[in-house]
Amino acid sequence: MFTAIFSSFETGIIYAIMALGVYLSFRILDFPDLTVDGSFVTGAAISAVMIAGGVNPFIATIVALFAGFAAGCITGLLHTFGKINNLLSGILMMIALYSINLRIMGRPNTPLLNIETAFTKISGLFERTGIDSFFNRFLSMVGLGDSLPDTWGILIFMVFVTFVIKFLTDLFLQTEIGLAIRATGDNKRMIRSLSANTNLLVILGLGLSNALVAFSGSLIAQQGGSADVGMGIGMIIIGLASVIIGEALFGTKTIARTTLAVIGGSIIYRIVVSMALRIDFLKPGDMRLITAVIVIIALTTPKMIERSKEKKRKARRRAEHLSAIRTSATEKGDNHAALKSDS
Amino acid sequence: MLHLNQIHKIFNEGTPDEKIAIDHVNLTLNPGDFVTIIGSNGAGKSTLMNVISGVLFPDIGEVHIGGKIVTNISEFNRSKMIGRVFQDPMAGTAPSMTIEENLAMAYSRNKSRTFRKAVTKRRRDLFREVLESLHLGLENRLNAKVGLLSGGERQALSLLMATFTEPSILLLDEHTAALDPSRAELITNLTKEIVEKYKLTTLMVTHNMQQAIDLGNRLIMMDKGQVILEVDKENKRQLTIERLLAEFKRIRGVQMVNDRAILS
Repeated sequence: MFTAIFSSFETGIIYAIMALGVYLSFRILDFPDLTVDGSFVTGAAISAVMIAGGVNPFIATIVALFAGFAAGCITGLLHTFGKINNLLSGILMMIALYSINLRIMGRPNTPLLNIETAFTKISGLFERTGIDSFFNRFLSMVGLGDSLPDTWGILIFMVFVTFVIKFLTDLFLQTEIGLAIRATGDNKRMIRSLSANTNLLVILGLGLSNALVAFSGSLIAQQGGSADVGMGIGMIIIGLASVIIGEALFGTKTIARTTLAVIGGSIIYRIVVSMALRIDFLKPGDMRLITAVIVIIALTTPKMIERSKEKKRKARRRAEHLSAIRTSATEKGDNHAALKSDS
Repeated sequence: MLHLNQIHKIFNEGTPDEKIAIDHVNLTLNPGDFVTIIGSNGAGKSTLMNVISGVLFPDIGEVHIGGKIVTNISEFNRSKMIGRVFQDPMAGTAPSMTIEENLAMAYSRNKSRTFRKAVTKRRRDLFREVLESLHLGLENRLNAKVGLLSGGERQALSLLMATFTEPSILLLDEHTAALDPSRAELITNLTKEIVEKYKLTTLMVTHNMQQAIDLGNRLIMMDKGQVILEVDKENKRQLTIERLLAEFKRIRGVQMVNDRAILS
């Protein structure tokens, strides 16, 4: 159980970067960008091929980030200058990237087993410096000694990286360009009348969004030990699930709060899925079905709860109204009786 | 400041729905002019606004702003020089962003946008100061989301956002039409105050004849895409609704059909 939650945290915090990317396109730009399914794999494929070819894994991860940026920009170009519907331009890019990803890897799968990745470097560092054993000793003290994780390196390193990205995103969205991007998703006509080039802003926004997605894809490939051409299927829905769950549970009062919520949503999504997969009836292949069901629940229940609340409120008001009428009627009746008895 | 030369615009050209929206219109606004445009539905008032602001491009003719020909310059580039307030109170502000963020976006209108922080302490002080001129208490709600404001408050904020960077031209497109009478009066008064304060060259479209007569120093009447009447400074002082309607009948030979204009 502890190991399951621990690994949910570990993968959740890596996927959180992808969810932040989806948050940028889906919420900030109001652009349901399906490029994500392709750019996630592009990030994974590029860095896997580079790492397998002996390039420093950190450099490979940064290259993946730029590749994602380029992919997002092309989707933006299709939508703004090509005037293609936003969903369709994302789908076109996703399809195109599938072939490109195959080309990059030259085969459907690039394994990274027994090759030094960013994470083996980090966990090696943690082991050598004794940080791992420090945390494990702590775990043993609280009685969890029989389910010690392999390494604390990935989790701690990724918490650091994800939060750096979160803070950079928060800062960016408060800059002059950041405000203009937010307004592009909120009221395009208005920001255009305030001399902002909305086309460029959409392209920049989608570029940044997919840069984060590809970055996350690259890290997932290194953590999982392989890049696979099919690993991006449904990624947009996983990102959406994280955004929606996070927003529902942690609120959206400010930008900083919402980005934190998205990270939280990503971790909780992983925990929910791993719990669901512990049910004997469900198999790993059901994961995407589970995801779809989670998103459907997250999208529909808040509205249904709101509606039933509204109904109850109305029923109560009606009841109050009725009883008010009734009491005033009986009071009148009393007066009548009183008058009668007087006469 | 603004000069329109032989502007001609046809919609759906070559189809049965062909409609001449603007028919060879000439118009010149000198610096500090406040011109009100009145006319019935379909007279081409809003199309004219859209041609000036660059939402639409004219088929024939030229638009000059501040001595430069801007006919083919895109909307967002042109809006460095143009402040606009729309009819819809929801159109001029971003609802999910705060009051100070909205003002910060307007502040960046005539500058290039950078990766610097949009709301700094100095700017916040400036925003508070300009918000005070609205007398709505918005200066104490800098961090409130604009979506929470009432229609009148949002329109007042839109007006402020369009004007406090002192654009070369201010375009008001029936900006009080969607408000209730008391709010409309508030915005009308604010408009008068702000235009005087910044000495803005203004073009205002309205359906409200009384408003068109009360505001500004010149009045233009449009019908079927043409400017049919121009009233200058001296004559505008003596203008009444009756005279305007009589003038329309004299020129066009028919009663003005515009219940909205007459009722208001």
